[in-house]
Amino acid sequence: MSKEVLSVKNLNMHYETLSGDVHAVKDVSFSVKEGESFGLVGESGCGKTSVAMSLLQLQADNAKISSGSIQLDGVELVGMNESELRKVRWDGISIVFQGAMNAWNPVVKVGEQIREAIREHYPEKSKAENTEKIESLFQMVGLDATVIDRFPHELSGGMKQRAIIALALSCDPKVVIADEPTTALDVVIQDQILNEIKKVQQLLGLSLIYISHDIAVIAEMTDQMAVMYAGSIVEIGPTEKVFSTPKHAYTRLLLESTPSVVGEKKKLRSLDGEPPSLINEIIGCSFSPRCPDPSSDCKNPIKEMGLVEIEPGHFADNCCVDCG
Amino acid sequence: MKKNVIEVKNLEKYYEVSGGFFSRNKDIVKAVDDISFDIPFGESLGLVGQSGCGKTTTARALCLLDPKTGGDVKFYNNETENMQNIDNLEDEELKKFRRNIQMIFQDPYESLNPRWTIKDIILEPLNIHNIGDLQDREEAVVEILKTVGLTPASNYLPRYPHELSGGQRQRVSIARTLIMKPKFVVCDEPTSMLDVSIRISIMDLMLNLAKDLEVSYLYITHDLAVARYMCNRIAVMFNGKIVEIAETEELLNNPIHPYTKRLISSIPVPDPSYDRKVYNVNYDELDAIIAKHGTDNPMVDIGNEHYISTHDVKGLI
Repeated sequence: MSKEVLSVKNLNMHYETLSGDVHAVKDVSFSVKEGESFGLVGESGCGKTSVAMSLLQLQADNAKISSGSIQLDGVELVGMNESELRKVRWDGISIVFQGAMNAWNPVVKVGEQIREAIREHYPEKSKAENTEKIESLFQMVGLDATVIDRFPHELSGGMKQRAIIALALSCDPKVVIADEPTTALDVVIQDQILNEIKKVQQLLGLSLIYISHDIAVIAEMTDQMAVMYAGSIVEIGPTEKVFSTPKHAYTRLLLESTPSVVGEKKKLRSLDGEPPSLINEIIGCSFSPRCPDPSSDCKNPIKEMGLVEIEPGHFADNCCVDCG
Repeated sequence: MKKNVIEVKNLEKYYEVSGGFFSRNKDIVKAVDDISFDIPFGESLGLVGQSGCGKTTTARALCLLDPKTGGDVKFYNNETENMQNIDNLEDEELKKFRRNIQMIFQDPYESLNPRWTIKDIILEPLNIHNIGDLQDREEAVVEILKTVGLTPASNYLPRYPHELSGGQRQRVSIARTLIMKPKFVVCDEPTSMLDVSIRISIMDLMLNLAKDLEVSYLYITHDLAVARYMCNRIAVMFNGKIVEIAETEELLNNPIHPYTKRLISSIPVPDPSYDRKVYNVNYDELDAIIAKHGTDNPMVDIGNEHYISTHDVKGLI
């Protein structure tokens, strides 16, 4: 049994806005073991990225973690001050941001930008050491060593994304968060990058948190997964179990609305309506208004949401497990 | 014999690019190079390939948005009941052509005028083409909103695009397109900006409309799984050329061209127990076909209306 590297307990995060508090992350708990890959899936605005930002506490100024705990190797991150957090970021947890390949500084060479990150954390290392490190990282992600001396505009989208992954690995983090790392890429390139991430993860024994709206990518990339809806985790468990025996009505709809190129051609189900506004406190099941066949629990306005264990390690929200 | 709504023969779109500020040499980029296909009435063709392969350029050339540089495009003229060449269309003829061929764009956030109400947006094509009187037009707008599932129409007519969600906006785009009762609609990745859950309802809507209104689509996408759901046939594009074209299930079950194989094998499968294999590009099957059929024809039929390009792609894929 490998040990838990990251553990998130009852995390609540909200954004303070002029029209009220937006509860973006509600009572989210999960843990990631060493060398394990954990997937977060859900539609846009469900809170996936807000969870990722909370882990590194890189959220916008108006975002507040109201309660909960985030522990990395037993060290509590909630409540740390900036200088303590600086040591955790990149050293402990690093992140591949959504659309990060467009975030390279256009006038600084790629290698220098990675060196800058290493220098920040390990000022004692020499330039030659750093260059050697970057070369080995580039080799790992399938980039030529000459890329070090190139400017971002000289690289293709796939190469920029590979370099971003090298950047995320530059300080030997324990946990890497990948937030939709392939969304802007073509299918063929996406496939290469996914394989690269898998390979690197196994090679370095990294823990990976993979965020995506694409359930097919989650199926291939992760061991454990959580489905998020309106800020809450509505189903969580081993990826194979969630796919073979989905319990929550939303998970089932997500699975049945994804087209595939293999197997019989199926009629796909669509999900009508929109996710609820997160400004108002939702009492009862948040998925109820869109649920195609709500059970009595789902329609019950005072039933509180909460995960129940379906089988060992596989949990789903109690409001929606009996829905059609 | 099926009646075709559009026939494309040897379509070419070349761009001239200068070799640099001081250079006199002009290079030619063959964005679309010698592609041919037909689309019968009521059927949809998927145009699939990676970004930059020439999918959108093809679409824009068909709609006369960017004039083609070579080849023939013929369109069914419902008055003369003949295929009509789209070259040299003028005034009235051109207007009629534009009425019959419409386009849905990728981004519903950018293709709707933010300062117009939904009513103005959908009314515009009717005004331009001067169809019916004002009352007829307004009735047509209400009717089409119902068709695309935006009911009650009175809720949507006075609103602005920013008040609608992505899915609703794309429905408005579809309404604006279909109000002209076109026979052929070019869809350029109409669902790629939408969330999974909304995507299927838009795709289902488009499929139902195709059946009810007898519309044919040229459906451009980079996602083969989406093309499978939407299209009767699929054409795979690579480097400005169609490399393989066949009926959808035939193409997916029996791909021949190495690029098609590579594309199919790159698509993630929403099933954790499925073991997707990495495809190592090899040209053996393609070479065998070229050896058998020769290279005189750019596309050879291997049976079941399954066509393969004999163009040399070695080292490119």
